[in-house]
Amino acid sequence: MTVTTLEKATAEKAATVEFRGLRREFGTTVALDGLDLTVRPGEFLALLGPSGCGKTTALRMLAGFEHPDSGAVLVDGEDVTQVPAHRRDAGMVFQSYSLFPHLNAVDNVAFGLRMRKVRTAERRSRAAELLELVGLGDKGERFPHQLSGGQQQRIALARALALRPRVLLLDEPLSALDAKVRLTLREEIRRLQQELGITTLFVTHDQEEALSVADRVAVMRAGRLEQCAEPAELYGRPATAFVAEFVGTMSRIPGELKDGTVEVLGQRLPADGEAPNGAVDVLVRPESVQVRADEQGSARVVATAFLGAVVRVTVRLADGTEAKADLPAHEAAGLGAGSAVGVSLPERPVLVAERIQK
Amino acid sequence: MARRLTPWRWAVLGLAALYFLVPLAASVIFTVDVPGHGVTFDAYTQILSADGFTSSLLLSLELAVATIVVVLLLMVPAVVALRLGAPKLRPVVEVVCSLPLVVPPIAFVAGIVTVLKWGPDHLSRTPLFQTFVAIQNPTFPVVLVLAYVVMALPFVYRALDAGLRAMDVRTLVEAARSCGASWPQALVRAVLPNLRGALLNASFLTLALVLGEFTVARLLGFQPFAVWIYNVGGSQAQMSVAVSVLSLLLTWALLLVLAGAGGRTRTASSRG
Repeated sequence: MTVTTLEKATAEKAATVEFRGLRREFGTTVALDGLDLTVRPGEFLALLGPSGCGKTTALRMLAGFEHPDSGAVLVDGEDVTQVPAHRRDAGMVFQSYSLFPHLNAVDNVAFGLRMRKVRTAERRSRAAELLELVGLGDKGERFPHQLSGGQQQRIALARALALRPRVLLLDEPLSALDAKVRLTLREEIRRLQQELGITTLFVTHDQEEALSVADRVAVMRAGRLEQCAEPAELYGRPATAFVAEFVGTMSRIPGELKDGTVEVLGQRLPADGEAPNGAVDVLVRPESVQVRADEQGSARVVATAFLGAVVRVTVRLADGTEAKADLPAHEAAGLGAGSAVGVSLPERPVLVAERIQK
Repeated sequence: MARRLTPWRWAVLGLAALYFLVPLAASVIFTVDVPGHGVTFDAYTQILSADGFTSSLLLSLELAVATIVVVLLLMVPAVVALRLGAPKLRPVVEVVCSLPLVVPPIAFVAGIVTVLKWGPDHLSRTPLFQTFVAIQNPTFPVVLVLAYVVMALPFVYRALDAGLRAMDVRTLVEAARSCGASWPQALVRAVLPNLRGALLNASFLTLALVLGEFTVARLLGFQPFAVWIYNVGGSQAQMSVAVSVLSLLLTWALLLVLAGAGGRTRTASSRG
């Protein structure tokens, strides 16, 4: 698996991608509602959001398969909104298996080169090189139906890279694969992307996937950008309650906000986030909720789930709200459903958000 | 379970074979066994020299080829566009394409005859008159091609629709487009090769339809193969049956060719 000098050339001219005020309506549903986003050269950016948030529409606009009602798509500062899909210079890997069933692996990869009228010998050697790159050098003569799902997506990736595109678009390429293949392939995509230094947009609804491979993650909601930040920041300091609850697991515990500190679970902690004084929800990650067995405790364990290294314990607080806590397996040993526990938070600033009535 | 049913299967097969093979065998015997002469193949050798055999068969084949070309050029872009652009219109198109099944050929041809009579009467002073003459040219009646295209619509639509349903047209087109293929290139290079089986099916059904079509051709006064067999039957009974047997064999041969071509794709898709 070597990267040739030809491949490296793409790294030098990695492209910037900009979405400016993209808007798109399908009938009465608004798919994109003024999306602004900039992807830096050579960056691996994940577009994350629940289904119907417009992430795929945004990607398809960059590919040229959808056209915005208003707004513009810029690649390297150049407006490509009116450029037809086949002149966009964007390689795409699709969610469903998209290899041409009548062509073998080599011909699939060489398809784009054939469209560009590259000579047969040259395109075959280039296709072989790309197959080598995705680790399937020996499967060139196989047809798509003779390959596993993971292999098909690798070949689709090689095909997308064949024309040395300026941007690589990945539309949930792993969602049809089983868990194990998904894990190895996403690492491989990341490795390839770093070697080639190609600007990459990766659409996914799986937050773990997004956090683990991307340089930055853009969280979308209802056609708008909610937050775009590096994975650690997104997880540790979510800008909004939506991001906090979509990325990772979050429990809402009721509290009272007063002048920058919040009274919660009998503790007074510094508060982060925008909320008016008064009744608020404190957003906490399961790993920062402390649960210990306590006969006098007012909380009760509702359920436990074994996750391997940790046990996720769901507790019902005195006021009826439920919170999730991750405990090391040995600590959770004595906590069956119904046991009385005490719940506390570490002495750190906590994120607060307006109270949601349930 | 399959084993337990075996005797029944043989019984059914035997009955079916009797039903189909007895008339066929009778036909063959009738053509080769001339009373007082013993077994002779005269009926078959006469066919080749018979007046009108070659010309009518050629006419039918030409009509079939023209019909296949026209109906495919019309329907392939239409069904692909339908699938990609307006999936909601599908039921409408399906109903429209099925209409020829509902309208009996006799009613259909009555309509055509009326138009062909009406046209020259009203258009005799316009250049359109020449058009009416040209489409009824007996050496190659375009009007029959037009009629057959309409009659083939239900079969062609169904064959193509089944073929398209088996693949993800949108993704294939988009994949081809993102690989730098223009719209026509995407259609020709990515969609059509995967429709091969459906195109063959549609072609074969159209071919069978045109070779066997009698009502429209007869009432419009042309003489393709089916009409010729009928005419010959009136005068030379033995030869007309021989021709029927031959045309049956011809149809079988074409079927086998198609099955061979389709079979290859089927084994290709079940490998591995």
